[in-house]
Amino acid sequence: MKEHFPALIVVTPLIMALLVSAMSWLNKKLCFPTTVLALLVSLLSSIGLLLRVMSEGTVRYRLGGWSPPWGIAYEADHLNGLILVVVSLAAFLNLIGSKALVAKEFDQKEGPFYTLYLLFVTGLLGILVTGDAFNLYVLLEIASLSGYALIGMGNGRASLAGLNYVFMGTIGASFYLLGIGYLYLATGSLNMADISAILPGILPSNVVFLAFLLCLSGMLIKMAFFPLHGWLPNAYTHAFSTASSLVAPLTTKVMIYVMIRISFFVFPPAFVLTGVDISGALVWFAVVAMVMGSVLALSQKRLKRMLAYIIVAEVGYMVGGFWLGNRLGMNGAILHIANDVMMTLCVFLAAGAISYKINDDRFSALQGIFRKMPFTMAFFMIGALSIIGVPPTCGFFSKWYLISGGIAAGQYGFVAALLFSSLVNAVLFFRIVEIGYYEPFPEGHHAHHARSGPKGGMAEAPLGMLVSLGITAGLLIVMGIYSGDIVNNIIQFAVPL
Amino acid sequence: MMETVVSIKPLLAILTSLLVIPVILSSRTPNIRETWTFTAAIIKFLLVASMIPIVLAGGSIEYTIALVLPAVAIKLRVDSLGLLFAMVASFLWIITSAYSIGYMRKLREHSQTRYYCFFALSLSATIGVAFSANLLTMYLFYEMLSLATYPLVTHHQDREARSSGRKYLTYILGTSIGLVLPAMLIVFQSSGTLEFSPGGIIPDTMSPVMVTVLFFFLVFGFAKAGVMPFHAWLPAAMVAPTPVSALLHAVAVVKVGVFCVLRVVTAIFGVHRMDAFHLDTILCATAAVTIVASSLIALSQDGLKRRLAFSTIGQLSYILLGGALLSKSGMTGGFLHIAMHAFGKITLFFCAGAIFVSTGIKNISQMAGIGRRMPITMAAFFIGALSVIGLPPCGGFISKWYLLLGTIEAHRIGMLVVLLGSSLLNAAYFLPVVYRAFFCTENEALFEKKIVEAPVWCLAPLMLTAICSVILFFYPQPFLRLARIGVQAIMGGY
Repeated sequence: MKEHFPALIVVTPLIMALLVSAMSWLNKKLCFPTTVLALLVSLLSSIGLLLRVMSEGTVRYRLGGWSPPWGIAYEADHLNGLILVVVSLAAFLNLIGSKALVAKEFDQKEGPFYTLYLLFVTGLLGILVTGDAFNLYVLLEIASLSGYALIGMGNGRASLAGLNYVFMGTIGASFYLLGIGYLYLATGSLNMADISAILPGILPSNVVFLAFLLCLSGMLIKMAFFPLHGWLPNAYTHAFSTASSLVAPLTTKVMIYVMIRISFFVFPPAFVLTGVDISGALVWFAVVAMVMGSVLALSQKRLKRMLAYIIVAEVGYMVGGFWLGNRLGMNGAILHIANDVMMTLCVFLAAGAISYKINDDRFSALQGIFRKMPFTMAFFMIGALSIIGVPPTCGFFSKWYLISGGIAAGQYGFVAALLFSSLVNAVLFFRIVEIGYYEPFPEGHHAHHARSGPKGGMAEAPLGMLVSLGITAGLLIVMGIYSGDIVNNIIQFAVPL
Repeated sequence: MMETVVSIKPLLAILTSLLVIPVILSSRTPNIRETWTFTAAIIKFLLVASMIPIVLAGGSIEYTIALVLPAVAIKLRVDSLGLLFAMVASFLWIITSAYSIGYMRKLREHSQTRYYCFFALSLSATIGVAFSANLLTMYLFYEMLSLATYPLVTHHQDREARSSGRKYLTYILGTSIGLVLPAMLIVFQSSGTLEFSPGGIIPDTMSPVMVTVLFFFLVFGFAKAGVMPFHAWLPAAMVAPTPVSALLHAVAVVKVGVFCVLRVVTAIFGVHRMDAFHLDTILCATAAVTIVASSLIALSQDGLKRRLAFSTIGQLSYILLGGALLSKSGMTGGFLHIAMHAFGKITLFFCAGAIFVSTGIKNISQMAGIGRRMPITMAAFFIGALSVIGLPPCGGFISKWYLLLGTIEAHRIGMLVVLLGSSLLNAAYFLPVVYRAFFCTENEALFEKKIVEAPVWCLAPLMLTAICSVILFFYPQPFLRLARIGVQAIMGGY
């Protein structure tokens, strides 16, 4: 059992997806528990795998017993071990939290929804755990296709947004595939470890150089790196909340993971950081991404759309941190992947709870929301504080590493952009507070003395939603307090630098 | 020599008010809710007080919560200065809780449960700042306090509260993220630590320009200290219910600001470096300007709470000035002033609130003859005013005495003049209030001779703090001894 954790993580949700699909014809009530079970197995296997990695080092698994480079190998190390746990945890929490909302939004289509949900998670977890560059592409397509469908199931302009997402996503994936093709041409192998052993011998090579650029471009599109972010805001805004709170926290972060993986475990790090000579430019692009993401977020009038633009800025944090090229920036980027998954999940879950209650996420509809949903908003605020970067929430600590990395690398533009983005985030979230907490204004002088008037009364989201939201918010603080341990025991060993 | 005890007590002192929040939230009746607030306040005070013997013996208490960054932990250390501040804040929380009952119930304020919750949270953060062992921990609790006080400041949830709240957050969050955070990172990058140490931690290799820039970032970054030009949030915050203004904007929040600045001055830069880079002169000048300007502005304020707020801004800079003098007496006076000003000013705020509760009046111009109606309140106001002006027989005299001695020790006669001049200004803006309340002619009196005091829950606390102010003149020892021990440790061989 213990040896099969890497396979269980991926295979369980894949098989269960088929099962759920079949069940939706027989008994709809079984769909949800089966999905829960599948993700629970994935989650527990991920945790087990991480513990094994922490005690034994890199875990290698041969799928079907075929040995690499011909067979597909799964490899778990400190880098994907951590992210696997975070991603499967986020998928699990979101599932628990959105049961009521799914029933409401998808009505008769619960079965297909849960099937797609599982397939999407299968794809992402597979991308994380695989050690094969081509297998990664296959899983990328699994995740993307189910992602398109999840987005497109929404109302109104969702299908158009989904279509846009399909176009951009396909272009991104094609770039990646092309890159892998060139790599295969140069090395004759698709196994990551194998390629990385062969590559140093054939460098410098224009083919390898081109392969790297293609892979990188593909990932930059898929992670919505400004100015390639065009597909993201519409996709996350128009999708149903249940879908966006799954896709939004996970997709971009997993793509950033892929960028790190191919940069350090497929191509030689020395070649990537100095040979290609692209890191300086990418840091500056990241600065632009952070600033523009924040500024665009400021100009939004809908909650989910604002959150979507915050993600665009956050992608800049991680890409910039990674390409700083030093230990601190790297730690910051990887820690921020984990943290950002949880904090984005937190705010998107809260947005889902709000849309469950008031069917609207325009700012003007949020008047009096603090009185109506005090607990949801309290958890939302914890997520917001983490995004702003207030200790002891985890967002502060990854930002600390990122800024330290920026100072150490002498990239003061990056440091300034991070601080700017933090301040803008504060404005963004306290604007919500101002609307939700003060408006509508009481009439007359000292009207506040008897304020429990007609608008009063609590109308909280269902318990399941609150529980998973509460756990997510609590985790933001726990991960903050333990961030020292996470860095010292896991992230420290994640990249060879 | 100094002994260090490892104990969980400081953490417990912080957590008491945090842990009581769920209980407050789930309390069924207001009386039960307030009982829990009192219980927490008293336990907290006793926990803080129980640490006195060790600290008076020259020891300190440490507790590490978690190692969050390499070489930086969330860590608590109780030393005499932190304990002095924690004693003041936790003791006055008990009294303010009583006052809150009188005030909030008489005015039938809404959302009282929320009010008590965030009050408790604020106190946790305050004690956290007092007991911080390094800059990161201090920053953590500082931010926690900024956010916990926001719902209190904006309690009324009307347009005025919103614009004040916006100002409050812009000043306080803006400076802490924009100035303190980068400064903290630079300190960490250059010295590899954030731990407070008596000699400071800035490496000697740092260029004077950089040191000066850092100094500006850290002094102005802690905007809760109300140093001009980052003071405008404080008068705006007066929109809060009076108990909030009393405890938070005369004691906890603002003193957290000056405490942070003093910690940075003494334990990040260190007394020697302050002198070597002439940072003391910069701080003296800033404080002097703030003292004089705020006192002058206070003269022209008609709103009683606004006048008190500007007075507070000036008094906070007294404390900073005490630190900037870099002399033993001056520093002692500065730290002592944290306690002395707290008791005086909280009395004044309590009185302002009592007047509002009983008559609905906020402006000084309408208070002619109010002493006839509320003699006890105005007597307490008089005592509080004497203490803040720095006249015997009130505690404020003692701290001002040390401050004046400090200016002479430091050979800064200019500062002596500033202190004396501002005392006159203090008298000029406080005593007329008292005079008009008691001695206006009969036809000017707006009030009947009937005595209508505020509810006893308001009255008893303000009498108590007034009496404390007087007692502190005769027995300043507990605070004085703590201040002296602390200053001895900071100044060492300087």
